[in-house]
Amino acid sequence: MINLKVNGKNYEVDVDPSTPILWVVRDALGLTGTKFGCGAAQCGACLVHLDGDGIRSCISPVSRAIGKEIVTIEGLDEKLSKPLQEAWIQEDVPQCGYCQSGQIMAAAILLRDKPNPTDGDIDDAMTGNICRCGTYQRIRKAIHVAAKLKK
Amino acid sequence: MSKINSSRQNRIKFGIYLILSVGFISAMAMSLKNKTAITLSSTDDKISLTKADKENSDPSETKKRLEAESKEAFIAAYKVFMHPRCLNCHPAGDVPLQGDDSRLHPQGVKRGMDGKGLFALKCKNCHQDTHIAGEHMPPGHSGWHLPPANLKMVFEGKSPKQLAMHFKDPKFTGFKSLDKMLEHVEKEPLVLNSWTYGTPPPLSHEEFVARVKEWMEKGAAIPDK
Repeated sequence: MINLKVNGKNYEVDVDPSTPILWVVRDALGLTGTKFGCGAAQCGACLVHLDGDGIRSCISPVSRAIGKEIVTIEGLDEKLSKPLQEAWIQEDVPQCGYCQSGQIMAAAILLRDKPNPTDGDIDDAMTGNICRCGTYQRIRKAIHVAAKLKK
Repeated sequence: MSKINSSRQNRIKFGIYLILSVGFISAMAMSLKNKTAITLSSTDDKISLTKADKENSDPSETKKRLEAESKEAFIAAYKVFMHPRCLNCHPAGDVPLQGDDSRLHPQGVKRGMDGKGLFALKCKNCHQDTHIAGEHMPPGHSGWHLPPANLKMVFEGKSPKQLAMHFKDPKFTGFKSLDKMLEHVEKEPLVLNSWTYGTPPPLSHEEFVARVKEWMEKGAAIPDK
């Protein structure tokens, strides 16, 4: 049994310590907002926060999270999730939507660390999150909007 | 009688002066010889002077030999410095390199001020405490990072001459002395980690350290090119 703290709640899960965090939150806890993309830390679809860092849950064994807190898209702090959600709707960002959970989790770290990001900051922060639909321009615009809404 | 005594005393005095003079001249000669040895190398116990060197009446020959061997040692160590396991984290730009072909790191990750990445793309987010099993999975170490922005220590594109000159410059290495650099090469866990995954560098870590040490002890000579 492994004790985990996810989105502010404590869980006891019966999984092998080497199980990726992605499959623990999706299969064991039913938090399916986090997506499986590549399974090799290449695409960013599985991005969750571990003690505030944007880790790739597909390559992170659950043992990595013992004594720490995981935050998934479902548990993102409203101060960040609300402006991002509104901006994403306003700019009609998603197309298929599959990568958007990871995109928003990466954008949340950017806005937390840099409340008024430049285009360059956005490029640096979001370059690791791939979108097959190519919504990059709308993502950049929405992050600027979210930065204003957050104030 | 007193004349005879006086003459004998003078001869004794002369003898004593002679002995003292010979002793003094010998001591001076030894001292000069030692000074020459110190000029050639830092200390005799660090460098193994050959029998020929010790008997050599021309110290410049010994100096030449040590210089040539120092350069040769650096060239051997240079192959490790420029191997992807070392070079990939000493890039010319702010994006680290990856793989045996030293391609740009795919996620577009960047150095950041502290060398530990930016925003959601911190090195440690993927490069965990240990290597992740499987092909193309990120290798790991608890201290994974690039050199920081204020001390980039760029290896990429540097010739042996340029790199050797850099290593002797505290502004490049951040180390106050070559001894500190040797310590980094010998003991830094992230350096040691380079021999634990992927294609290993062309020398073992022990051989690499020995070559860097040899380069330094024989005068840290700068290669010609």
